[in-house]
Amino acid sequence: MATIVDIFEEKALEVKDFEFTYAGADAPSIKKLDMPIAKNSITALIGPSGCGKTTLLRSFNRIHDLYPGNKYAGEILFKGENILLPKQDLINLRIQIGMIFQKPTAFPMSIFDNVAYGMRLQGIKNKTELQDRVEKALKDAAIFEEVKDRLKQDANGLSGGQQQRLCIARAIAVEPEVLLFDEPTSALDPISTAGIEELVVELKNRVSIIIVTHNMQQAARVSDYTGFMYLGELVELGRTEEMFVTPREKLTEEYITGKFG
Amino acid sequence: MSAIVDKFFFYLTRTIALGILLIVAWIFVELFNNSLDSIQAFGFDFITEDKWAPNLEKFGALPAIYGSVISTFLAMLLAIPLAIGVAIFLSELAPAKLKTPFGVSIELLAAIPSVIYGMWGLFYFVPIIRDAFGGVGISMLTAGIVLSIMILPFIAAVTRDAMNTTPDILKESAYALGGTKWDVIKDIVIPYAKAGIIGSFILALGRAIGETMAVTFVMGNVHRISADLTQPATSIPVTLANEFNEADSGLYYSSLFELSLLLLVISFTIISIAKFYFLRRKRIGA
Amino acid sequence: MTHTQKRIVVNNVVMVLSALSALVGMGFLFWILGVLVLNGIDALNWAIFVNEGAPPGYEESGLKHAMIGQLYIVGVATFFGVPLGILAGTYLSEYGQKAKLAEIIRDISDIMMSAPSIVIGAFVYAIIVAPMGHFSGWAGSVALTIIMLPIILRTTDDMLNLVPSTLREAAFALGAPKYKVIIQIVYRGAKAGILTGVLLGVARVAGETAPLLFTSFNDNFLNTDMMEPMASLTVTMYNYATSPYEDWQKLGWAAAFILSMFILGLNIIGRIFLLKKRGK
Repeated sequence: MATIVDIFEEKALEVKDFEFTYAGADAPSIKKLDMPIAKNSITALIGPSGCGKTTLLRSFNRIHDLYPGNKYAGEILFKGENILLPKQDLINLRIQIGMIFQKPTAFPMSIFDNVAYGMRLQGIKNKTELQDRVEKALKDAAIFEEVKDRLKQDANGLSGGQQQRLCIARAIAVEPEVLLFDEPTSALDPISTAGIEELVVELKNRVSIIIVTHNMQQAARVSDYTGFMYLGELVELGRTEEMFVTPREKLTEEYITGKFG
Repeated sequence: MSAIVDKFFFYLTRTIALGILLIVAWIFVELFNNSLDSIQAFGFDFITEDKWAPNLEKFGALPAIYGSVISTFLAMLLAIPLAIGVAIFLSELAPAKLKTPFGVSIELLAAIPSVIYGMWGLFYFVPIIRDAFGGVGISMLTAGIVLSIMILPFIAAVTRDAMNTTPDILKESAYALGGTKWDVIKDIVIPYAKAGIIGSFILALGRAIGETMAVTFVMGNVHRISADLTQPATSIPVTLANEFNEADSGLYYSSLFELSLLLLVISFTIISIAKFYFLRRKRIGA
Repeated sequence: MTHTQKRIVVNNVVMVLSALSALVGMGFLFWILGVLVLNGIDALNWAIFVNEGAPPGYEESGLKHAMIGQLYIVGVATFFGVPLGILAGTYLSEYGQKAKLAEIIRDISDIMMSAPSIVIGAFVYAIIVAPMGHFSGWAGSVALTIIMLPIILRTTDDMLNLVPSTLREAAFALGAPKYKVIIQIVYRGAKAGILTGVLLGVARVAGETAPLLFTSFNDNFLNTDMMEPMASLTVTMYNYATSPYEDWQKLGWAAAFILSMFILGLNIIGRIFLLKKRGK
């Protein structure tokens, strides 16, 4: 059984007895996992490659459903409802739970249209409203000043770091309640990485954040809670400042001191 | 000794490679030389004159050009929407189990010689057109439809390939914002693969306009410009296939060579546009 | 109806349309295939393989002349086209690489692959048939060689390119001259790919009809003299199918079936080679 610290905040998400099996695989990639995710906090997921942290992250917005044959079991509760039920409306779920990917994913359209994309999907057509919300999202993602004069230009002209902030702007423009970050800085240089980390911390007042990272320092710098996963199981979930100093599980200690992984 | 062989091998391969350019240049020169009589006799009128009367030694290519343009246009008009549907099905919709067999059979169908499509058209499609529109059933419309079916697998296969170049992570990002499959296809996949898709359409156009056997069976080789698509017509390759062996005078031959040259220039231009504007070859690893 | 509900409805409509168009497209194509197989098998019998052409209404008629003529014409084209294409492709990949000249040859070859084949027929007519004064098997083979060359050249170029450069460097480091590196290392590494290219190239020209109409022409009887007009399955098929005689039309279907099976067979074998290579 995993060691899980008590969480005093409200819970944004609650994972209960969760299992995930990839299409065609014999054994589940995530086994009997329980984990609470605190609201308006940042929870980092760490662990060696193949431990299931990205697999877990991609279950929260059920992006796994794009590929047939993947199987979920157990529960993930969001606003008191199990989002793994077949009747779950995936479009609605994904509007409320946004995602930022490993690599910047600027769409083949202008900067403005990129940020407006999610709002347009929801049927917002009013020009002034779109403009206001795009501008606000770009400001919140700390990229407005750099792009305000070229909103009509192709988003692929931006640098990697700028593109990643654009993707964050695009995600927060639809005002989600949870944001999932899948190693958001793995393709970026150190300066861009620092900028993204700063941004992530600022965002937690408005959204609950889960961030998968292969970089333990990053987890230590940005997160309030850290979950350490190993071989598809949660080994320990603790308050970040405590866990990196006094881990309760031996396996956690070995991992954060660099004995394996 | 080794050094001499080494040099020899280099020059051997280089000469043959250069030979390809030489052959292509030779094709243009030879066709041009053989067209000279016709060019001198008719000049620019050759492509604006609508009368093709070998017995009067009068040769105007307009009906053949008109037929080539209209039949190809018809074929593209019919094939493109269908091909896009097939491509979407193949790249985004088909269950994983169906994708490969379905995709391979499309590719194999693209490999079936066009003469087979023509033969099928003659025996099975001409009667349908005859029953539906009267007349003989051999017509511009029949040719357009048979041609569209012949190029369908090619367009579908290359459109699918172009769509498949869209990175999964880009599609996932759009799904992650609450997009439906169609939202993702129209907003992400098609814009991303736009150049490749348009390029493959134009490439298909370049092939269709030079296609001979699929249309020769069902077009009729009648040199007349008619707005009625159910009438027999002709196209440049159809004229060539039907008349080359019957030509009995120098000017007749020369006119047919000028038609060949015209066809080569037209398809060369179309294919070049597809290639240089839309389908820039991607270097391996780039 | 909310905007999202509307999107879902539109999505479903488009998905149904897409599946339908796939169904319609496949329907047409299977219709053609079905017609080909049914008519072909119906017309197939042993006599087709042992008899030559005969006047309509004559019972002992067959396709032996066309099959043998086809083998000659395509065989000779392969004999010249394959080595020439491979050597030219070798120049592009191993010597020319990204030089301007090599790029031009690549571009021109790509364009030639889609150029109208009937024009090649007209060209060969001008350079061979007209000077000789008559059609000949050779003329047909030359036309097919010209069509085959760019295909073999470009696949060879691409396949040699896939051979990792470290392999070449390792051989050079042992002091091997370049031609030996190419022949002993690079060709060996790209064997399956080149073979696939050759099979697909042969399959492609085997189905060509238009460039043979006025080069090798036709002959209703068996002829193995390449200097004379020669029958081919494709031209025979065209002549028989457009004739008003039912027994000739039937032979036309038999020819169509035999040729299609040959071409599909080559394509399938080619793909298997490529798959095997990828599997490694």
